[in-house]
Amino acid sequence: MARTGSSRSAFPPDWWARGAWIVLLAYLLYACAQLELTPARFAAGLEHGAKFLARLFPPDFKRWELLVKGMVESLQMAIVASALGTLLSLPLALLAARNLMPVWASWPARAVMVVCRSFHPVIVAILFVKAVGFGALAGILALTVASVGFLGKLMTEAIEEISLKQVEAVRATGAPFASVVSYAVVPQVFSRFVGFVSYETDANLRNSTMVGIVGAGGIGGTLFAAFQRFDYDFVCAIVLTIIALIMAGEVLTVQVKKVFKA
Amino acid sequence: MSDALEREWRRFTPAERIGRFVVYFCVVAAIVASLRSVEVIPEFLYDAPEQIGDMLGRMWPVAWRHYPEGVHGPLMDSLHIATLGTVLAVLMAVPVAFLAARNVTPYAWLNYAAKLILVAARSVNTLIWALFFVAVLGPGALAGTLAIAFHSIGFTGKLLGEALEESNRGTIEALEASGAPWLSIALKGYWPQLRPAFWAIVLFRWDINVRESAVLGLVGAGGVGMALDTALNLFQWDRAAMILVAILAVVVAAEVATTQLRKRII
Repeated sequence: MARTGSSRSAFPPDWWARGAWIVLLAYLLYACAQLELTPARFAAGLEHGAKFLARLFPPDFKRWELLVKGMVESLQMAIVASALGTLLSLPLALLAARNLMPVWASWPARAVMVVCRSFHPVIVAILFVKAVGFGALAGILALTVASVGFLGKLMTEAIEEISLKQVEAVRATGAPFASVVSYAVVPQVFSRFVGFVSYETDANLRNSTMVGIVGAGGIGGTLFAAFQRFDYDFVCAIVLTIIALIMAGEVLTVQVKKVFKA
Repeated sequence: MSDALEREWRRFTPAERIGRFVVYFCVVAAIVASLRSVEVIPEFLYDAPEQIGDMLGRMWPVAWRHYPEGVHGPLMDSLHIATLGTVLAVLMAVPVAFLAARNVTPYAWLNYAAKLILVAARSVNTLIWALFFVAVLGPGALAGTLAIAFHSIGFTGKLLGEALEESNRGTIEALEASGAPWLSIALKGYWPQLRPAFWAIVLFRWDINVRESAVLGLVGAGGVGMALDTALNLFQWDRAAMILVAILAVVVAAEVATTQLRKRII
């Protein structure tokens, strides 16, 4: 027994953990080799980086009309997609909640959410661009799909965590299902839902600036075009505006959550 | 007696009701304004079922045989990018998280500086980071890895900082009293308390990064997205379908793996 008597260590070595760390390290070296990541490439990049940074500044706001048009479209897409996503995920989450619904209802609803969540909004946007053409509509639909995936999952979990005592009490009065939902379920989850929806609106705002890269409307298209034309000072102006918008959105959601104590 | 019975009971104070009303009003106004002004061409929508049918027709049969030569390699690259990016992000995020935690670093200006770094990293989307790194380092996996890493600093750093702030003072004070150097305090005081949160955050972020690494290729930053981009540009929808199925399989597998690991570790 190594751990008894004077040889007892306060921190005995955990060989499993050490083994796991070594395996992780070996994997990292292997992955670096696979991706051909070498310090030489990185060093060459740093040189380019200095030139690139010099070309980014000062930001060029001369084409502000193009910038404002793209940003407004991104904002509209985010708002419409969040509203649509919320409308769709409310019934879906209710269907998926295992404490209120039978198994045959909850599994299909869960499957829909998993599929919606699996693809990055930009990939979904590619498919919608093919289906409904270039423009804001494809972006709205892509962001709606993403919203259903995440909101649905969060809302389902929230509904599954409610106390069933109130549900039972309302049911005992002989109330129909709609009353059970509106008087026993909604009051317990409402403030959390507000939190989820504001979080998702934030996420949609971020992604609405990106889906334009594949032609689905918003500022992303302008940004990608500016990058391809090496128009780096305009790129800088666009990115700064996006950051400002996202930060403003974050401040706003914090305020909304305060109102609803979510 | 009758006074008490006739009294109208309300759940919220007047201030709360006004606040809620303002929020509802603004939300409805924003939705209406957006719906009225967003440029949607309805003709495209009538055409949509036909176009979707056409797309599915071109996607079927899925080019399964394309997998070994054209998809497997890039798909593995994407996974490597996601993992390396996550590891790099954690390496960079840990010191920033220590600086951001008020109980570890008692200098307010350092806390704010660290939080500014975290917010800035988070506000720039992974794809924008990827565009930047492609411009600097040229197309390829290096740009993608760095893009994932820089964006993830914000998320991991913020959550790690919050976890650090919640850590119990007891063991740390005991170590300080024994005159332990700061490295020992970090390893034996903070790390054991931080470990469950740390692994939860890392696994969660890795799961997100697996999804994100699939799209990096669309802007030239390596991985399976580049194969997807090529297939789409050449209108090879059957190959694109193969790639989408492969991405779906990997994403679902990653989600299952992280849930299982989380159960084991935490």
